[in-house]
Amino acid sequence: MKDETILRVKGLQTHFKTDDGIVQAVEDVSFELAEKETLGIVGESGSGKSVTNLSLMKLIPSPPGKIVGGEVLFEGEDLVHVPENQMRRIRGNKISMIFQDPMTCLNPFLRISTQMIEVFMLHQNMDKKRAHQESIEMLKLVGIPKPEKRVDDYPHQFSGGMRQRVMIAMALSCKPKILIADEPSTALDVTIQAQILELMKELSAKLNTAIIMITHDLGVVAGICDNVCVMYAGTIVEKAPTEELYKTPKHPYTQGLLNSIPKLGKRREDKLYSIEGQPPNLINLPDCCSFYPRCEFAMEICTKKMPEAIPVGEKREVKCWLYHEKKEVFRDSPVA
Amino acid sequence: MTAPLLEVNDLKLHFPIMEGVLFQKQVGSIRAVDGISFHVNKGETLGLVGESGCGKSTAIRAISMLYPPTAGQVLFEGNEITHLSKMELLKIRKGMQIIFQDPYASLNPRMTVGNIISEPMEIYSKLGMLKMSKQEISSRVEMLLERMGLSRFYKNRFPHEFSGGQRQRIGIARSLALQPKIILADEPVSALDVSIQSQILNLMKELQGEFGLTYIFISHDLSVIEYISDRIAVMYLGKIVEIADADTLYRNPQHPYTKALLSAAPVPDPQIEKNRQRIILKGDVPSPDVERKGCYFCDRCPISSDRCFDNIPEIKATDPEHYVACFKCEDPS
Repeated sequence: MKDETILRVKGLQTHFKTDDGIVQAVEDVSFELAEKETLGIVGESGSGKSVTNLSLMKLIPSPPGKIVGGEVLFEGEDLVHVPENQMRRIRGNKISMIFQDPMTCLNPFLRISTQMIEVFMLHQNMDKKRAHQESIEMLKLVGIPKPEKRVDDYPHQFSGGMRQRVMIAMALSCKPKILIADEPSTALDVTIQAQILELMKELSAKLNTAIIMITHDLGVVAGICDNVCVMYAGTIVEKAPTEELYKTPKHPYTQGLLNSIPKLGKRREDKLYSIEGQPPNLINLPDCCSFYPRCEFAMEICTKKMPEAIPVGEKREVKCWLYHEKKEVFRDSPVA
Repeated sequence: MTAPLLEVNDLKLHFPIMEGVLFQKQVGSIRAVDGISFHVNKGETLGLVGESGCGKSTAIRAISMLYPPTAGQVLFEGNEITHLSKMELLKIRKGMQIIFQDPYASLNPRMTVGNIISEPMEIYSKLGMLKMSKQEISSRVEMLLERMGLSRFYKNRFPHEFSGGQRQRIGIARSLALQPKIILADEPVSALDVSIQSQILNLMKELQGEFGLTYIFISHDLSVIEYISDRIAVMYLGKIVEIADADTLYRNPQHPYTKALLSAAPVPDPQIEKNRQRIILKGDVPSPDVERKGCYFCDRCPISSDRCFDNIPEIKATDPEHYVACFKCEDPS
């Protein structure tokens, strides 16, 4: 492989303690991120997409949350064990994050300039004047008209799309290696969403930033990502290059997910495919495949043991017994 | 052709902007719905699509008289309903029910599911507009629950015991309780996950065939709208810019806004995504609080000319059953 891996996540586990039991929000998640790559993480609500990425940044509220296992290797360091003061130097500087809701993540009491200057002064030791200048440059880069004037406005004077642009400007102001985007376009309308996604694509190429794109929208993933991880009930069930995933989805969940979206431009058939049932409760998950109650191909073994990730083809992995060689052995075992 | 079930003529709903404490004065108005006309035939689904703030939800609230409209007519089964008294309106509303967007907010957390579904029937039998005994009501509740794919034993449970998809099913059951003719569905699936969304869409389609329902279906998701609708109306800033049947609209959109909207929608297929040309609109949706002289879309339109800034285009048929409000589509010069 010519491209270099900059982030390696191995067996990450994040649990939350609640009165009802332990919520296994993230269970054994592993992935790699190469330089300049755009990695998509898709899944439904509650599948652990956001918790995975908050864990990378060590932003899990603790207690009740805790990273109980695994490692996150970034520039030769395991971020799980890095002390907080060092973590602060990485956050926003080398790894930064954009959140879903542009309406709530800017401080409504402070001018945009005040909020942007902070980043430059903290991480790049700039003086106030330079930082102000630099903020204007960043706003220009993300396509805000008249940045010299708008930089001193308050967040409420911006529309949703513009606020998201400001967020992107802030996140990219230290030219981070990795940008984690948690549903950056979900709160926006389609036409604005198209603008924002286009902008992110353009900027990541310009600034050599790798992006981890968290979304529930399979359409967004198709447009922007190189590789995709599909999450279900806290684990990654399938990992593949985008085109292959859409062409030949392997895991029954991915297949179901892709089939259940009504497709634009294709004449509607009489019935949409739907995955029956509900996603499982993450409290005290049994040690078996968490998808089997909804799976069409469920076998005896699925109810007993969690499958491990198996490589299928180049750069592809699936967590499903269907693709295990050993499955035959289990299939013949007597049904209890 | 028979008369349409519902007809809307130049419906307007303006919310006043007030100023002053003691002597309040109207200083302007938010033109949430600004003159829309369409009709819905019996048994069909009219999709209403548009971005947030374009007046989709306000439109159906005005149609069901939840907000009294500022101007215009609503004809339900040929009867004008905008000037009816409260009691007469109740009679009409029996045939017109709403499913709301947020299944978490639209069910009363203190009522059992059984009470939620039976409440409309109880109200109407108290008023003497529905002849149903207690027994009949309770058996109808059970029937509805089972039809929704829920167990009838759920009727003694409370809404918090259910997931989003199940709650939306309860909301649908409630809207069907009075055997309505038309259901106004306000983004019924946008709060749900994809796998649950398809379950609800299938259910709504089945119910339509079974009970002979007519839907006005609001969504901002273009693929959902295409799947469920027979005809589609595209709204922008309180106006309908284009109405056509679903196939025509997706294959041959006329209005520049419809074109941009369709090209902006992400498609879950990387091959298509790579090759297609996006029309990326500049800027944001303007605020609806000013009276406009020209076309509502002119400042973001890629093909606008002087005429568009000075005159408001009327919605006109370019083909039979294909209506567009754009000067350029009438005459491309």
